Amino acid sequence: MKVTVHDFKSNARSALADTQLQEALSGLPTGLVAQRAAARSRLPEFEDLRDYGRDLRNHTLEHLDVYLERYEDQVRQAGGHVHWAKTPAEACDAILKICKDADARLVTKGKSMVSEEIGLNDKLEAEGLEVVETDLGEYILQIRHETPSHIIAPAIHLTQSQVEQDFRREHDHLAKDRKLVEPAELVDEARQILREKFVNADVGITGANFLIAETGSSIIVTNEGNGDLTQSLAKTHIVITAIDKVVPTLDDASALLRLLARSATGQEFTSYTTFSTGPRRAGDPDGPENYHVVLLDNGRSELLGSEFREVLRCIRCGACMNHCPVYNAVGGHAYGWVYPGPIGAALNPGLIGIDEAGNLPNASTFCGRCESVCPMRIPLPKLMRQWREIEFEKGNPPLFVRMALRGWASMANWPWAYHLFARIMSRAMKLAAGRKGAFSWLPLATGWTKHRDFPAPQGKTFQDLWAERQRATIKPATQGETP
Amino acid sequence: MPEPTNKSPRVGLFVTCLVDMFRPSVGMAAVKLIEASGCDVVVPTAQTCCGQPAYNSGDRKDTKAIARQTIAAFEDVDYVVAPSGSCAGMLKSHYPRLFAETPEAEKANAFAGRVHELMQFLVDVRGMQIVPDAFANDFKGSVTYHDSCSGLRELGIKEQPRKLLTSIKGLQLKEMSDCEICCGFGGTFSVKFSDISNAMVEKKTANIAAAETDLILAGDLGCLMNMAGKLRRQGRKVACRHVAEVLAGELEDPPIGAPND
Repeated sequence: MKVTVHDFKSNARSALADTQLQEALSGLPTGLVAQRAAARSRLPEFEDLRDYGRDLRNHTLEHLDVYLERYEDQVRQAGGHVHWAKTPAEACDAILKICKDADARLVTKGKSMVSEEIGLNDKLEAEGLEVVETDLGEYILQIRHETPSHIIAPAIHLTQSQVEQDFRREHDHLAKDRKLVEPAELVDEARQILREKFVNADVGITGANFLIAETGSSIIVTNEGNGDLTQSLAKTHIVITAIDKVVPTLDDASALLRLLARSATGQEFTSYTTFSTGPRRAGDPDGPENYHVVLLDNGRSELLGSEFREVLRCIRCGACMNHCPVYNAVGGHAYGWVYPGPIGAALNPGLIGIDEAGNLPNASTFCGRCESVCPMRIPLPKLMRQWREIEFEKGNPPLFVRMALRGWASMANWPWAYHLFARIMSRAMKLAAGRKGAFSWLPLATGWTKHRDFPAPQGKTFQDLWAERQRATIKPATQGETP
Repeated sequence: MPEPTNKSPRVGLFVTCLVDMFRPSVGMAAVKLIEASGCDVVVPTAQTCCGQPAYNSGDRKDTKAIARQTIAAFEDVDYVVAPSGSCAGMLKSHYPRLFAETPEAEKANAFAGRVHELMQFLVDVRGMQIVPDAFANDFKGSVTYHDSCSGLRELGIKEQPRKLLTSIKGLQLKEMSDCEICCGFGGTFSVKFSDISNAMVEKKTANIAAAETDLILAGDLGCLMNMAGKLRRQGRKVACRHVAEVLAGELEDPPIGAPND
């Protein structure tokens, strides 16, 4: 996928000026955010469950090699194949080879962020395969030639009327006067189109929400059932996911599922929670003949051994972005790569490099709302700050920023000079502001004054006032003590 | 309220750089309130800034130097109190992180244990339930309160300022929508990502205006300057003050960013 993180600021500016996007984003607080809050209040042990989830994920990451090997063994025993991919290219090649071996022409896909990470669709299409996204949101994006702007609600940046227009344009063989207003009507129409694809698909590709080491199963959660049809109707099922998705047992997965749906959409459980373990066994009524799992690393094992390990606890619920005021302002595309919002700011530098993704961990006020809702209690602001530290050590911030910072820090380490500076500045600024009490333009702070006035200081520093008070109160006391 | 005596706890006021330079009246209000809670106040002159600009820019080395200086400056006080959730959070939560697993960890932890944000100190540590009558007798008006992020989420400051505010007879507290959502200040964020910051503060000032109060209060001068600057640019008439100013009855100076006629 094309990386435009460098353009974050201009992406953000366009996003802020995009009225349709702003209309679409305005639904977040009353939608996913309110739904999560309601679900949380209905489950008294929710906060305990978060602790449990955090500890469980920490334990798994601590022994990731063990659980991955156990998972691989179990998949093999169930008759499936596991392919390890260090890079996105290796993952794409492995999937392409499986498709070619299956003489595939048509590939259906369930929602998978890892497939976005490796740029799978472009790769398969370049080799002449027809790829059809079957998640409604992903399907809409595919006909619009767009990428997801959210990890669980990929088309959240669109309004319903935009989708209606897309469907009328794309499905021009259907009756012109059909009703397409309610979400259910859009789903029905997509279903009608997709049904034919499901039946004729040669390969079905899904992601995985979790992999279970003890059984070799993969789990997907959906609300449309498209994942089930994708993986059970085609002859070959490929699971594309990453090495951080494994959990030890079925019970562990159940505990995490309780957190996942509530944190993501405020549901107790998603409409469909589908487990798949190997290919169809003798006597099974349906299921694929071939079962493959492609496990992507792409920088994760390096993160595992670093100060960023905690980011791998993520279960991709999207709560951090739903609650992020920056994401709410600019939407997901501005972030310029697969994972937007706070999780993207903490994770993407580890996957595509800090030189590439440096803007993201900087684009935060550290308000901490993401951490306060993260079901895995990932300290997202802390991780973003750590990326800033790495950037600073590499000398990435512009020279004048580093110089200004150094200059200011040296003064802060020299109280006498600092207080003198504060005294001069507060007097000078007070004088310059005159009676207005604020500045509408201020050199070196034009980023501020472009949008708001800058309040003027009161004129004296607190240290001045305090010294005056000390002089006033100490004098009479000393006089009183004189014999 | 106990009178200060020789045995009164000794409180070191961490002034914060913004209060020192821009709004010393907040510091004087804080002193008045801390003294009213039965403490003696000292103001070490060896203090400067808490180090957040460096810390949040990734400059750990300079931050550590500043932190060492701050810790040393407040060595001989019982408590360190700051009229800012953000700076208090830096001293209390982040100094220990800076020195974790180093020989200085113990010192940083002991220091952090003595640090409190002003509202938290008054209500939770000193047990202040109501504002002394003499401070706020004359106050009359409606206020809304913005929960600054670090204070709210790092230190758990939510009820304390409201408890004291609602003890003022003439004060009507009207909560605005989304009072817990960031105002978009974020230190250097407001300049580096000014357009996004602006979108955030626009939502905030719309909520402030919708609450239809005379005043918007908060416990952090950074957020207050951001909100005041935007309200003023938009020509909205809501006045902006630090919560300590209202509690201490220090209302002689014009509100933040207001003309001084």
